[in-house]
Formats: sequence, structure tokens, C-alpha cells
Amino acid sequence: MSGIDTLRLTAEEAKRLLDAKEVSSAELFAAYAGRDDEYHAFLHRCDDDGTEGIPLAVKDVIGTRGIPTTAGSKILEGYVPVYDATVIVNAKAQGLKVLGKTNTDEFAMGSSTENSAYGPSRNPWDPSRVPGGSGGGSAAAVSGGLAPWALGSDTGGSIKQPAALCGHVGLRPTYGTVSRFGVVAFASSLDQVGPVAKNVRDCAWLYSIISGRDDNDSTTVDVPPVELPTGEDLSGLRIGVPREMNGVAGIEQGVSDAVRKALELAESLGASVEECSLPRSVDYGVACYYLVAPAEASSNLARYDGVRYGLRVDGDDFREMLMRTRDAGFGDEPKRRIMVGAYALSSGYYEAYYGTAQKVRTVIRREHEELFERFDVLASPTSPTVAFPIGAKIDDPVAMYMNDVLTIPSCMAGLPGLNVPCGLSEGLPVGLQLIGPQFAENALFRAGHALERALGFDVVPERLR
Amino acid sequence: MAGITRDEVLHVARLARLELSDDEVTKFQGQLSQILEAVSKVRELDLADVPPTAHPLEIANAWAEDEPRPCLPLEDVFANAPDRDEDFFRTPPA
Repeated sequence: MSGIDTLRLTAEEAKRLLDAKEVSSAELFAAYAGRDDEYHAFLHRCDDDGTEGIPLAVKDVIGTRGIPTTAGSKILEGYVPVYDATVIVNAKAQGLKVLGKTNTDEFAMGSSTENSAYGPSRNPWDPSRVPGGSGGGSAAAVSGGLAPWALGSDTGGSIKQPAALCGHVGLRPTYGTVSRFGVVAFASSLDQVGPVAKNVRDCAWLYSIISGRDDNDSTTVDVPPVELPTGEDLSGLRIGVPREMNGVAGIEQGVSDAVRKALELAESLGASVEECSLPRSVDYGVACYYLVAPAEASSNLARYDGVRYGLRVDGDDFREMLMRTRDAGFGDEPKRRIMVGAYALSSGYYEAYYGTAQKVRTVIRREHEELFERFDVLASPTSPTVAFPIGAKIDDPVAMYMNDVLTIPSCMAGLPGLNVPCGLSEGLPVGLQLIGPQFAENALFRAGHALERALGFDVVPERLR
Repeated sequence: MAGITRDEVLHVARLARLELSDDEVTKFQGQLSQILEAVSKVRELDLADVPPTAHPLEIANAWAEDEPRPCLPLEDVFANAPDRDEDFFRTPPA
């Protein structure tokens, strides 16, 4: 059957087609696998393994048995995991099939995929622009009709920001709800795997498949049952709008306007919308993140030593081999972050940098906790800008870091965040970020689903309709 | 933070086990100075009575039963090894 519209088909519709035997699993897989990857969404595309089920694209930081997993880095070129990450075990157990591995900034460090050692991905809305990052490959695959849905990972915005820039739905789950076992580690107190999808119901469904306590990851906890959202009204929902995250300097006017209209719509659906404040979380969030995450990264990336797996560059003694391997294998962004982290953790600077950042993290957590005494969800733009041109920020690391100014604070507090596309600015998608208290994914799904229905945003890029 | 010196770049590169070329040292000296200046903002706040957060969830001590389980077969363990000598990873001399 050739009538599968891969740009529009949701996973839920795909399941209905499979159950009704209107298409076979092989036909479904071929519909995606047969499309040209003009966005460089994938680093590796899989052959059909002949099993029954719905195809799934997987970010290349997630380990897949027998399928190369590089994390976008030359230091893992040719690495083939000998076991599946827990999220892959769960996905396969629920009848999902791996379509391929999607591009990512190296070790998920970046906001554009331009830090991938294998070259950037492109935004299906405008291929001269970035798809966001680090999960730009998964975003481009879902937006460009190369996958019905995908797995991403989010440390400071790597699921939400690409979903915003490519115009679809992405969830960063509450820390501890999804296993990190078998996932290439970047910053262990922040990393979370999450779903990327064309709509909120698919997003909730995929979250229900991958989440849950895992004996192999002691940071995971029992997760409340996931409710697939059905309602179309928002009566009783209290939405807080932090003024520091809305309509302030650095946020494009078109982005602010689209988000404001979405919030007016939320009010018309029965929600209460009230301004509030996160006085220090936004101002200090990026600085806090860019100390904590590099510190954890410098520790996590110490494992790439040329001994057990990955690249080795020979040297006359062990130390020479080790240092040459790491210089040749890591790109500039991991090197910057490893060095910033090593500096922040080094003797004489530890209290001034890493120790201070950990205290700021407490401030950020408390500010959010106080707001959730009065509000069910917080709302803001996900990204301060729409997708920017490839190359625009690549030589200015600090400017690139500011892409994450609105996604970072809630990540530091371990909170779930959902991106819902809410309109266009200059012909490019704008994302609405909804943040909830820990374990409030169902509230985010409910709000996101009702808004998505009312907004009627078309997730298919205009140039592809 | 007045910027990081060339010697400090070489020092953190050694801590991070990175052998940088001269060009890299020059490039990273400027970039790390910018980054450290930006992140130094965390020191503006009065944090005297604030405890640190190392982990976003209030959980402690996730215990597991102390039961032996099968581990990876050796062929899997060595499947990605750059160099192997029977049941050992081989490296240059320390």
C-alpha cells in the first residue's frame, strides 16, 4: 500500500491501520525507510527486522543492541552496543521497531545539531535553518515525515527546544520517571529520555511505554499511571505566566505574540491565567546550568580512555595514548565543557563555582515550588527565537547557550515540561512551553491536548503541504 | 573573573586528559574566559543559608537485593575493545 501519508500519520492512527490489517508492518516501515533523508535527520537507518509493530526513530545517545551508537561523536565511531537501553527494551516489548538513529549535537551538547561530528541536521520548515538541538535529528525526522515519532533526551532543553523550532510536541519528563540505563551519560542529575511526537496523545502514549522504575537505574521511581488526554476544556486549570519568561528582552516579538494568543485561547477554554514571577530562576538559570552540567560532563566523559571501547590513538605510553585519543576523538564543544567542568571542580575553585551553582539550584527549585502552591502549570515560550540560520551562532558559545534560557530553569528543578506548537512567526513554528510540578505529566497532557485541539496548528511544514 | 591564562588552560587540559595543540590553547583561552565570565554570575547572589542541591528528587538509598545475576559474556565485553590480549584489555605501558 502506497497511500501512507508519513507527514501526517500519527502513531495512534498507524496502530489502528495495523490492527485493522489495512497496512502491514512491513509496508508501514517501508513507507518511512523509503523516504530520502534530505534533512540529515539520521546517522544510521535500519533495515526492517521483520517484526510486527510501529516504527520509532531513536536519538543516537540511546544504546541499541547491534545498531551503531555514536552520540554524534567521533570518539564512538563504530561503537556497536552489546545490550539495549531500558527504554529500547520497553519499546520493543510494546511492539515498537527501531527505524534508525537520529543526529544529535556531540554528547547532546548543543542547541542546533551543528556540534554533531557528522554534520548538522536541517529544519524541514526551512532547510537553511537549524532544527534546534541537541535532538535536532529526531525533530527533523518527525517533522519531515521520516518517522511517526521518536525518542529524544533532554538535559537543558534538548527535546523541548527542537520540538519548538520544528513545530511538534515533545516532553521532557520529570527527573527519575524514565530510565537512563544504556543511555550515553552527559549530566547525570539532569539527563532524561523523553518522547517526540506529532501530537500530545502520541506523546503521552510513548511516555507511558518508556517510563517506570528500573532496577538498573537507582534514580528511577514509581510513576503515576499515564492518562491519555481526551478533554477539550480547561476549566479549573490555573496557569501561571512568569513575567521573566514572557515578553522580555531577547524574546522575539512574533514569539511573544503567538504565546500570548495561545494563553488567551486557554482562558476561553476555562483556564485562569495570571501573571507571576520567577525572579532569580531565569536570571541565574543559564549560569547555574553551565556550571553544573559541565562539571558532571567532565566526570562522565572521563570514561572515554581508549581502553574498553571507542576510538584509540596510539602513543608510546598509557598517558600519551589517553590524551591523544581524547584530543582526536572529542569535538570543540565537549572539550570546552570538560575543561569548564574540570575548572569548576578543581582545587581552589570548587566552592566559588560548583558549590555556588549547587546552592543556586536550590534557589531555583524553591522558587518553582512556591509557584506550584498557586498554579497547576506555568506557561512561556519554549525558545526565545524561531529557528535560526545554520552558522549564525556557531562561533559564539555564550550566544548559543542563551537559546536555552527558558528551558533550563525547570530542568534544574527536575520538573516536567511539554512543548506544544502554538503558531507561526515569520513563517516558522513557535512553541508554547508548559511546565508542571514533579510527576504532573498528566496535567501537562490534559492542557496540551485541549490547547492543541483549539489551536488547530498544522504540524506539516508549509513547504511540504 | 578577569579571564583565564594560557597556563590555566594547559592546567585544566591536563586535568581533563586532553592534549591540546597550540592553536587549540589559543582558541580555548578566549572562549573559556568568556564562558567563565558568564557563569560567574552565580556569585552575585547571597547564598549564606542556602543548602546545595545535588539531585532533583527527594529520594535516598535505593536498595537492591544482593543477589548474583548473570553478567555479559566475555565476547560481548570485548566486542568493542580497541586491543585485546586473551581475557584482558591491552594498553600501552603505564
